[in-house]
Amino acid sequence: MLLEASDLVFEAGGQRLLCGVDVSIRKGARTLVMGPNGAGKSLLLRLLHGLLKPAQGEVLWQGTPLTKQAMRAQAMVFQRPVLLRRSVLANLKFALSVRGLRGAERAEKIEVALAAAGLSHLAKQPARVLSGGEQQRLAVVRALACEPDLLFLDEPTANLDPASTAAIETLVLEANARGVTIVLVTHDSGQAKRLGQDVIFLQDGRVAEAGPASQVLGTPRSEPARAWQDGRLYLGANTRSINDRFRRTF
Amino acid sequence: MDSFWSVLGGAFALVFALDPDLLEIIGLSMRVTLTAVLFACLIGLPLGAAVGAFRFPGRTLLAVILNALMGLPPVVVGLVVYLLLSASGPLGPLRLLYTPGAMIIAQMIIVTPIVAALTRQVVEDIDREYAEQFASLGVGALDRLLSLLWDARYSLLTVTLAGFGRAVAEVGAVLIVGGNINHVTRVMTTTIALETSKGNLQLALALGVILLLIAFSVNACVMALRASAVRAAYA
Ligand SMILES: Nc1ncnc2c1ncn2[C@@H]1O[C@H](COP(=O)(O)OP(=O)(O)OP(=O)(O)O)[C@@H](O)[C@H]1O
Ligand SMILES: [Mg+2]
Repeated sequence: MLLEASDLVFEAGGQRLLCGVDVSIRKGARTLVMGPNGAGKSLLLRLLHGLLKPAQGEVLWQGTPLTKQAMRAQAMVFQRPVLLRRSVLANLKFALSVRGLRGAERAEKIEVALAAAGLSHLAKQPARVLSGGEQQRLAVVRALACEPDLLFLDEPTANLDPASTAAIETLVLEANARGVTIVLVTHDSGQAKRLGQDVIFLQDGRVAEAGPASQVLGTPRSEPARAWQDGRLYLGANTRSINDRFRRTF
Repeated sequence: MDSFWSVLGGAFALVFALDPDLLEIIGLSMRVTLTAVLFACLIGLPLGAAVGAFRFPGRTLLAVILNALMGLPPVVVGLVVYLLLSASGPLGPLRLLYTPGAMIIAQMIIVTPIVAALTRQVVEDIDREYAEQFASLGVGALDRLLSLLWDARYSLLTVTLAGFGRAVAEVGAVLIVGGNINHVTRVMTTTIALETSKGNLQLALALGVILLLIAFSVNACVMALRASAVRAAYA
């Protein structure tokens, strides 16, 4: 296992937001994290990446506790892409400089990344005036330019049109083919079918179901995963307040 | 007593004649103020950024102190600097009292907390947005500080401007430590204050007009810069 977590507990504001979560990420695999809004998917990614410390449990990177060094072997594309107040080019330059790259080597990597994202013609533009899809693509290639062993992506294609979604999925699949392990959060069932190898279904801060995609998405045992397969809108326990309001509709 | 209009006419005559006394006073004013603002920025920008970006014990207290020092009464600063620099004071041997150096020190003390406190706010806001991305990339402390300052550059221009505005309009402190000595420590504000009381209204008003023009044009430049930055989503 590349990344393993056992019995993860995370608390904030007096609330237990993640509760006894076990996760194992296979090296070279594509793992999807699914589940309703507020299930704790983004939190789980932050814990696995080492941005947050669990109250209990431990995250193991290749069998040893997470260190700064291990974090550098990972990269993350956040749910809301964080782009610097600089040009597209300067955003890539910054990320690569942090990794100690300079000069011609860096320039070459930037060029490859820009081409991969289809952003070469926008290189001089301020990153924050790009369209949503262009910003996501930039965030993805910036993360990939750091050549991580593992890439976390938190809903990278939410709000994107099919063309931009396809572009991002292609980037992800290409990286995966080069050996980059992928952990991707999605609400998109089509995307889950296209990309999923392993699936972790989160519900209310717990793992409702986890395993190979064919099993979790094909013959689900848990209620949220079954609802997902049936194409029902599952309103889980932690969406109780909306649930009460809309119970009659669904 | 001259009528308002004849005073105004005389004032503009002085301005357009490029009166040498007038130019000397303006020159000294700018030299003192810009030097003070420069030093205030050299201290205040990194200090404010550090307080805004790093978590350390006493950070909140430091932020509160910086905010409180923003409202430091200039005459009190003048008095303290006077006591420090006076012949019997601890810094007396430097012989800075009644020199432009003393005025620079006083203005710097007034402006540094303004620059630092406003910088802290600006940097803290940007850091909130960048912190996780920086942690994910593994950005080191110094890189983080410099990057935050750079990405806040257009907001910090406004911060610097606020410092400049405060310094250039300052009169109490520079009067105490400078003494408004002709050809030595006369600056625009002290001249206006003293020439008005002496009845030399034309010079006072001419300087007032110039002070306004300087403030206006500096503000206009910064606003134009910021507007282009906002369009480019850099601010
Ligand atoms: N720092 C925090 N303090 C308190 N509560 C938090 C904190 N961070 C997250 N939460 C709460 O934890 C829960 C899980 O949040 P998380 O962002 O992981 O959800 P998610 O599964 O990613 O949802 P979405 O699909 O909407 O992105 C939410 O109810 C959120 O309000
Ligand atoms: Mg989320």
